[in-house]
Amino acid sequence: MVQELNYHKESPSQTAGPYVHIGCMPNFSGIEIYGGDLGTSMKTGPVKGTEIVIKGTVFDGTGTPLRDAMIEIWQPDAAGLFASANETRGEADPNFTGWGRSPGDMQTGEFTFDTVKPGAVPWPDGRMQAPHVTAWIVARGINIGLHTRIYFEDEESANAADPILSRIEHQNRVPTLLARKEGEGVYRFDVHLQGPNETIFFDM
Amino acid sequence: MNILKQNGGFVPRDRSWQPDAMTPPYKTTVKRGPHAALLSFPTTLSEETSPVFGQSMLGELDNDLTLNFAQPGESAIGPRIIVHGRVLDEMGRGVPGTLVEFWQANAGGRYRHKKEGYLAPLDPNFGGCGRTITAEDGSYELRTIQPGPYPWPNGMNDWRPAHIHFSIFGHGFAQRLITQMYFEGDPHIPLCPIVGTLKSQEAVDALTAPLDMHRTVPMDSRAYKFDIVLRGQRQTYFENRKEGL
Repeated sequence: MVQELNYHKESPSQTAGPYVHIGCMPNFSGIEIYGGDLGTSMKTGPVKGTEIVIKGTVFDGTGTPLRDAMIEIWQPDAAGLFASANETRGEADPNFTGWGRSPGDMQTGEFTFDTVKPGAVPWPDGRMQAPHVTAWIVARGINIGLHTRIYFEDEESANAADPILSRIEHQNRVPTLLARKEGEGVYRFDVHLQGPNETIFFDM
Repeated sequence: MNILKQNGGFVPRDRSWQPDAMTPPYKTTVKRGPHAALLSFPTTLSEETSPVFGQSMLGELDNDLTLNFAQPGESAIGPRIIVHGRVLDEMGRGVPGTLVEFWQANAGGRYRHKKEGYLAPLDPNFGGCGRTITAEDGSYELRTIQPGPYPWPNGMNDWRPAHIHFSIFGHGFAQRLITQMYFEGDPHIPLCPIVGTLKSQEAVDALTAPLDMHRTVPMDSRAYKFDIVLRGQRQTYFENRKEGL
């Protein structure tokens, strides 16, 4: 016999269901409370760096946009620093929260984040990762939240050297992780849950 | 509040324990569940960090669903309950400063939502959402009314067991979790296709809150206990070695 490890199991996930906005963005769903929804603004004042907009739509396997999803993003500031209690490398931009939450448009499902272009963050061995935004998607019919990353198509050399992007076996799927430049400071990142353009989701 | 206690890589998620993406008896997963294998890599700073949620953002009634949408002097209709528990990590450590958000149907099984079509009536004094932030030991509590079961469009006669949705935001984006709490003894639990996405009775039990007579307030509210476990971080934080092992 040996000692027991006595670890707990993570709570099992259950779908966010069709009414996730009641819980996480109640004002969006018409319940006026808390003085506003969390995560609707990522800026609390003038921010450093390049201000950008990231837009996108989540599509199911039939190509139908999801209109009941919630998307959260988390990212560092323009200098690559997180507004997190366990950021040990320096002080992040005090006017940038790094965290956004979008319910998607009620008619079209399109989500929008007003944010800044993120700085680079190191991989555990010290190499720099390409600038990216971490994203998490929940909705009815999604049993466990889907993690992915938003990289930028105009960061070609950084993307080529990125420790994750460069080791993806099916390189023809890498573009599913790249936000396309749609205009000055505007990027599009569509998410495909299934199909030939299925977005790469992370075991996170 | 010392929320710098832990730092470092997160324990990989146990995908043999968590539900799969594709679970056909829950029909919506068939066209929404990804098919390709997930891409595995160790957590980096992007997943090991998270925004800070302070107690100061909370209003006095945020965790009291019986009152937080009610007219002055009124309260929501239904069996009054307290739900309490701790947010822990896999190592058993309490996770302080965790944002816990919850939402639910009213006592008749009706949500306050534009797209909700169930014929049960709305309760004018019940919004159906609340939130709190865990204390130093990871504990939290909320007051609400017990939600009703309700029918949903899946099979021709599918009913959800009474449940409360929970969204939990711990110390790293890697810990992000949404789940549901069920009530001990509900006969709908074994019949529900969404509960059926769980892979074992042990997983169902992990989401089923027992009646807790120790925390019941006599002549006021019954109580249910619901602990929540988030992914663990590999090491304890040391002030003189912030980068960790």
